[in-house]
Amino acid sequence: MRILVCVKRVPAPGARIGISDDELDVDSTHLGFTTSPHEECAVEAAVCLVEGAEEGGDVVVLTAGPPAAEEQLRYAASVGATELVLVPIHGGGSWDPQATARALTDCVTALEAQDGPFDLILFGNESADAGGYQVGVRVAHALDRPMVNGAKSIEYSDSVVVVRRATDRGVEIYEIPTPAVVGVREGINLPRYPTMRGRLASKKITITTFDTFPEAGGLQRRRLHRPAETASEPIMLGGGPDAASAVVDVLEELGLT
Amino acid sequence: MSGPVLILCEHDGGVISPELEQILTAGGRLAQRLDAPLEAVLVGAEEAVVGALAGRGVQVVHHVAHPELLDYGPAAWGAGLAAVIEGCGPSAVLALGTDRGNEVMAHTASRMDLPLATNCVEVTPAIPWTLTRVQWGGSLLEDCTLDTDLPLLTMARHVTEPDPPNSGPAPLLRTWSVELSAAELAGQVQARESVEQGVTLATAAVVVSGGRGVGSAEGFTVLEDLAGLLSGRVGCSRAVTNNGWRSHTDQVGQTGTRIAPELYIACGISGAVQHWVGAMASKRILAVNTDPAANMVVKADYAVIGDLHEIVPAIAAEIRRRRSG
Repeated sequence: MRILVCVKRVPAPGARIGISDDELDVDSTHLGFTTSPHEECAVEAAVCLVEGAEEGGDVVVLTAGPPAAEEQLRYAASVGATELVLVPIHGGGSWDPQATARALTDCVTALEAQDGPFDLILFGNESADAGGYQVGVRVAHALDRPMVNGAKSIEYSDSVVVVRRATDRGVEIYEIPTPAVVGVREGINLPRYPTMRGRLASKKITITTFDTFPEAGGLQRRRLHRPAETASEPIMLGGGPDAASAVVDVLEELGLT
Repeated sequence: MSGPVLILCEHDGGVISPELEQILTAGGRLAQRLDAPLEAVLVGAEEAVVGALAGRGVQVVHHVAHPELLDYGPAAWGAGLAAVIEGCGPSAVLALGTDRGNEVMAHTASRMDLPLATNCVEVTPAIPWTLTRVQWGGSLLEDCTLDTDLPLLTMARHVTEPDPPNSGPAPLLRTWSVELSAAELAGQVQARESVEQGVTLATAAVVVSGGRGVGSAEGFTVLEDLAGLLSGRVGCSRAVTNNGWRSHTDQVGQTGTRIAPELYIACGISGAVQHWVGAMASKRILAVNTDPAANMVVKADYAVIGDLHEIVPAIAAEIRRRRSG
């Protein structure tokens, strides 16, 4: 079984993110970077599927990003990825969703021409930073494959993938034939931590570079900025358990008790 | 007059999304600016749903039907929406930035090779269109241009305050029979499991959430108790799910559930960006934390400083005391 996972290097979630002087990008000077959370789970899901497959298989991890995205590829290898591919974005910045999808589609087509088709291509549900909610769908359409997003579980057998996804009204179950594309949601698993052996092995894997220069799409960034902060001080209801009475006064005021 | 502003009418098995009002309002405002009619697209639901759109300023409902389209299917809905777009030449197409809204619009955009701007908070029709959309779940904003003759947009949730309905007439119904490929039909929901009854994290009026400060899975018992008293739900931060204390279905945050309750009680949560963007649509926030400088405390409406393990049970006890009194 062959699975491709597309990941994105993003600033670590939780950090306060600054903006560069030209307002076109985040200020990466003091930022740590990581793999976008949904995609970290997608890598884990792929590794689990291959580990569970009788015939074994390969987990290829692909990213479009700056040369520094090597860090996220090697991390993926330290937790079980077997092949690493970088589509470099030269000159900094990022691609718009259409350009990203075009580049990834070109790369997937080339990888499949060389080593055979992928049974599954996994994406994260959406990237933590840009949150475009579309690159995976666009790649699936370009490759003429079925796509299900928001996966909270993936089962694979006999060329069929069963995907479960949670909604407000329960769990939806999809069954699509492979080759297929699936968007993974955090919560599908708890990603493993790299072992020392994994870390050492990940340093030795060769990263394949695939150069492509996709046509830009119609959505273009002009400026990044921060939402206006509401400068309100919290109302202090007290300290310790003695504040309970003041809290319940507020609950009553709001009509919630 | 310009071509219509089309909005995607989300429903689940014919039950209209409770959030539909947001996109009706956003679509109506854009239609006014463009001097265009507001029209809705309904894929696969019973025609009876059309009545629910009366008094909402919608002039026409385009109902997309196919005998084998029995449930939600992302590709099929995307194809249905694309068919209506090709047939009626809209000025713009809007959906709400829900999981489904974003997904269906992504399928339509892919089919038609058009750009798509998701989770917009502001759009300005011009040549080219300009818009502001959320990044990082709302902690940053991105101003963009959208260079296309047909803007496809999703509007961020909880941004448009809905206008109340008026006494206007029910819209006209126009039915479209679309051709769907075998693959598009196969992409429908095949089965459903365990439909949850009662309040969910996304719909609860009160959410009592715990973070790293709760300390353990057992530590959530006091939060469960308080949530139960307030008919609310328990939520948690990403640190909690990463520690395995609670299931990811309880996680509030950018990669969990985005909530908008009347009151959010955040206990022992520092308020990292990832968490904050999931909770910031709450009408009011009460932070319980040992650290008065914690981000969650600073951004809250109300704060109690101290140990949640003492404070939360005391609040529950006070509610019980007043109820019995």
